[in-house]
Formats: sequence, structure tokens, C-alpha cells
Amino acid sequence: MSDPTEANDTVTGERRVRVVLVDDHRMFRTGVQAEIGQTEQTGVEVVGEAADVDQAVTVITATRPEVVLLDVHLPGGGGVEVLRRCAPLMAAAEQPVRFLALSVSDAAEDVIGVIRGGARGYVTKTITGTDLVDSIFRVQDGDAVFSPRLAGFVLDAFASTDAPPVDEDLDRLTQREREVLRLIARGYAYKEIAKQLFISVKTVESHVSAVLRKLQLSNRHELTRWATARRLV
Amino acid sequence: MLRPSRRVNIDGMPDAAAAAPLVEPRPPRKLYRSSDGRWLGGVARGLAGHLGLPVIWVRLVFAGLFMADGLGALLYAAFWFFVPLGVGGVSGQKPPSFVTTETSPDGRRRLVARRPDKGQIVALLLMVVVAMVFVGNVNVGTGAKAYLWPAVLVGAGVALVWRQADNARRARWAEVGRRRRTLSLLRAAGGVLLVTAGASGIFVMQGSAAHLGSVLQAALAVLVGITLLAGPYLVRMTQDLSEERLMRIRAQERAEVAAHVHDSVLHTLTLIQRNAENANEVRRLARAQERDLRTWLYKPEGTGKDEADEPDTLAEAVRRNAAEVEDKHGVPLEVVIVGDCPLDERIGAQMQAAREAMVNAAKYGGEGGAVQVYAEVEGKTVFVSVRDRGPGFDPDSIPADRMGVRESIIGRMERHGGTARLRAVPDGGTEVELEMERAENT
Repeated sequence: MSDPTEANDTVTGERRVRVVLVDDHRMFRTGVQAEIGQTEQTGVEVVGEAADVDQAVTVITATRPEVVLLDVHLPGGGGVEVLRRCAPLMAAAEQPVRFLALSVSDAAEDVIGVIRGGARGYVTKTITGTDLVDSIFRVQDGDAVFSPRLAGFVLDAFASTDAPPVDEDLDRLTQREREVLRLIARGYAYKEIAKQLFISVKTVESHVSAVLRKLQLSNRHELTRWATARRLV
Repeated sequence: MLRPSRRVNIDGMPDAAAAAPLVEPRPPRKLYRSSDGRWLGGVARGLAGHLGLPVIWVRLVFAGLFMADGLGALLYAAFWFFVPLGVGGVSGQKPPSFVTTETSPDGRRRLVARRPDKGQIVALLLMVVVAMVFVGNVNVGTGAKAYLWPAVLVGAGVALVWRQADNARRARWAEVGRRRRTLSLLRAAGGVLLVTAGASGIFVMQGSAAHLGSVLQAALAVLVGITLLAGPYLVRMTQDLSEERLMRIRAQERAEVAAHVHDSVLHTLTLIQRNAENANEVRRLARAQERDLRTWLYKPEGTGKDEADEPDTLAEAVRRNAAEVEDKHGVPLEVVIVGDCPLDERIGAQMQAAREAMVNAAKYGGEGGAVQVYAEVEGKTVFVSVRDRGPGFDPDSIPADRMGVRESIIGRMERHGGTARLRAVPDGGTEVELEMERAENT
């Protein structure tokens, strides 16, 4: 995380990232390729594609990309299965593979399932090309990319368990983390949150990463149940 | 769910109908046993409902007939055997008041789930008393009289198990009684025990008590043999049955999906083809369809269906408003809702203000991208934020004649005791924040 903050926002040709695209719809892969794959402009180089779980694991192991764009619904077990089988790659000391989930659904089960599986971010397919490229770089840096909806799920889970500290597993978020989450849920970009709260973008990102880390540690069943019970999904 | 009709015409049981003094042959009427407010098999209650008589009369008639050499018991058993169980056999018949106390129409299932236990104890006690009287009164030869008690035992056991089958069937429709598995097992075991004791009693009475052990062994051997022989077929049959049911459910689901895809998705695609050169219209159609499909796919049953009636919770109202604004102005609105609460007068006003804010954001800030709508319920406070990424404007420089913001948003919120804030977002765009306390009594 030694690179300047600005690199996340203004994508320059200097930064390069190798990406594998996992999605069972060929049309969608082609679309994403067209949108982000112009390497000279965006710095994103698509080094491999896969259409199902087995292919994905093979391609990812062979190419060792920095970031994998992973569809949540895949034949052969879904994105969660890919994450499970690539767990050693994620944990690798040098050049770990990072996953960014890319899905058409923003249902709580899907979101929380892949986040728990180890994905560092979750964006929906309605995202624009620029935002997607931005998210890819952010994930490459090891930061978390949160969608407003995901922030909403998390907030909802905590808002509803306010009265007693229901679950010991469910790490309580700090006041600041909840503030950041609230702003993300309101559709603010990281940079805007930084301005709003008078903190640096890096701090915002570390708060978001902390939330994601806590989520992975915590009891997601609780979260999913809450989200579903409150008809958030 | 597909369910075979459980109603059977009374004429389908000539033996029962001919013997019953109260039953008049009325072909169009259907008779079935009532599962509501019954004591034993629901026969008396069902008959009462069918004949439009107070249930106590029917019960008295049965009790009276029982004294006549047990005719009532036979009759009752015949009815129990032949008449299928139905739900609410009485409801349409305006039962007398002392009946309604047993089966209050609201929360019927829950009431029924608990009430029969009480009724059963009463019925059991009644049965014992009546049986004692009966045994005392009956004037058959002393030899035959000896068999009476074992026969009563067997009858009680059979009744217990049969009643059990009724419960299982009802539980399948009403989805009650899932936690009562152990109880049902106990009951089945009790029934078996009673029948066994009764049957053994008959042997003892016959004076062949010495052979009881070997007879029991032989019976057991035969039972095991039959189970071994018929077991595979039985298992196979249940498997086939459940598989068939599964297939039917799947087929139904598939048909439903196909119908939905046809009704909405294909229509929208057709409209999109026709409006291919009108980008805005295409976008609007696609958004509307996406929202619709999402609702259909991810929402639990029963929400988002009745579009016509008014929303009664905050989340519903926000979503509805956002959808309408989105459709009207062709600007996507991204909605995040945290928590939920019922609408009251104040929140209703807040919703109207929020709608106005959404319209403004879509009109003046829509070209900057999606409008973000965020609603949160935190304790008593409801917070709504509407935010666009348009050019933004300075709240202080709103001309005095611009009534939209001043009256529809700020004024409305303040009149209802809330606050509204407009502010420019650091990197362009405007955010409207609406805060309102919920009414005390909700």
C-alpha cells in the first residue's frame, strides 16, 4: 500500500493489473473485455477467461492474476466454490490472488456468501466501466470495495441487534466504521467520505477493510437471517 | 397445492346412512368430519354442521344410542371410518353460541392445535364413564361379558391410533404440530399397547393363558415375516409417491416461471425492439423490467404483489416512490433501506417530502448518474437522504418564488415537526436530508 492515493482515482497508464474474467455468459465476458480490456488506456490486461468452476480454478492457477473478476452464479458450484478451491492462492505470501465479485444480484445470500468466502469486494453488473476499473485497482491494493447495498445489509444487521449484544461472534463495529458505512450506503464515493469526515481516503479504506474483515470473522448466518427477515433482500 | 377432494357424499355410505336416524338423504350436501372443535373423531361435529343442529344434540343422540347395546359406538366408528376429515365443517352453518366458544373463527388453526387435547381428555373421561355404565347394564351372557373389557380396550387403542392419523393429515394441510412428533409417537405406542393388552386379555379369558407366550411369539413371527415380505414394496411405494409429488411441484414451478417470463420479460423485450431508436424509452423499460424481475426473484412470497393498495411500511413506501419517480423520469434511483417501521402520519409526510426530493434530483441532477436514496430507521428517528450527482445548487440562492423545495420539502417537514436540510455535496451534486421522529404511540 505504498503507492500514492491518487492512483486509485486517476487511472494512469503506468499502473498495470492482470485480470482473469470468470463468467458463464460469453456475451458478458465480451462486454467486460470491451469495456476494460483496452490495456493501453486502462491498464487492465485480461489474461484469461473461464466459464465454469473447474475452468476457473485451472485458469487462475495457471496464470496467477492479481485480480479475478468472479461471477457469483456459476455452473459447478458458484463463485463460492471457486473461492474455496483457490483459498491457498488467496493466502499466498507473495502476489496473492484477489477476488472481486461481480454479480447481477445484490441479494444478501449472494453478497454475504462470497464475502465470507474471501472476496475483497462486491460490485453489481450495472457498474460503469470506469468504476469497475477503479474497483479492480482498489482490490489489487488489498482494499475492500463495498457496494451501498452491502453497506445497507451490514448496517441493518447491526441496527437491529442494538438492544442486547446478541452475538458475541458478531464483532461490534466502531462508531467511526458505522459512520463510514452509513455514508457508503448513501452512495458516497470513498473520496467524498474522506472530505465529509475530514479524514484521508486511506483511512476510509482501512475502515472499510476492517468492516469486511469483521464480517468474515462474524456470524454471517445472523446477518443473512436478519437481512432476509427484514425483507431487505 | 393439488389435493384430492376430501368430500364424500353421504349416499356413498349406505350402511351408515341407513342406520343413522337423523340423516336424511340430501344428495347435493357433502358430509365430512370436522377437524375444528372436535372431541374424538369429529363425527358429531361434522354431522351437526351438516344437519344444522347444535352439536350437543348429536353427541347426546350418539351417547343414547351407545346405551342401546353399543349401537352408537358402532355407528360412530362407521362414520369415523368412512367419512373423510374436512376443515371447518361447521363454519358456514351459524352454530349456536356455546359452540362458537369452542371454535372462534379467528386464529382457528392455533386454537385447534391446542384445544383438542382438552377436549380429548373430556371425551376420554366421558368414554370411560359411559363404558362402565354400559358394561354394568349390558345383558348378554356372562361368558360373553367377560370379553367386554378386552374389547373395549382394543376399541380404545384403535381409536387412539386412528385419531392420530387424522392429526397427521391435518398437520400436513395446516403445517401445525411439527413439534409434536414425540407426542404422536407416544400416542401410537399407547394405542398399540392398548390393542395388544386387549387382544391378550381375550386369550386370557379363553383360559389359554398358558399358551399366551407362544401365541405372542407366533404372532410376532408372522408380523416380522409380513414386514419382510411387504416391506420393500411399501418402501418403494412411498418413494414413488414422494418422487411423484416432487415432480409435480417442480412442474408447477416451471410453469409459473414460464408464465412470468412470458407475461413480463417477453413483453418488455418486444417493446424494447419496437422502441429500439428511442434510447430513453428503452432504458425506462429495461429498468422497470429489471425491478419487476428482481422483486419476483428475490422477495419473499406476498410482497410487491398487490401494487394497487397503499404501502403500510416505510420500506415499501420508499421503494414505491422511487420506482414511480424512476419510471416517470427515466433516471435510475438506487435505494438502500436500513430497518423498517410502520407508516404513521408524520412518516407519511416525510415520504411525500422524500418523493418531492426524488423528483427534483431526477429532474435536475439525473444526468450525473443514478440518484441515491437512503432510508434508515434508528430507534425513533427516521432518516431519509436523497442525493444526486448533478451540477448542484446553492440552497441559499433559491429564489423566493421556488415553492417546490421551500414548501414541499422544507415546509412540509417542519409543519410535521421534522427537519430538512439541503446541502451541496463536496464533489458536485445535492443532498437532501430529511429527519423525522416517529409518532409516540406507534
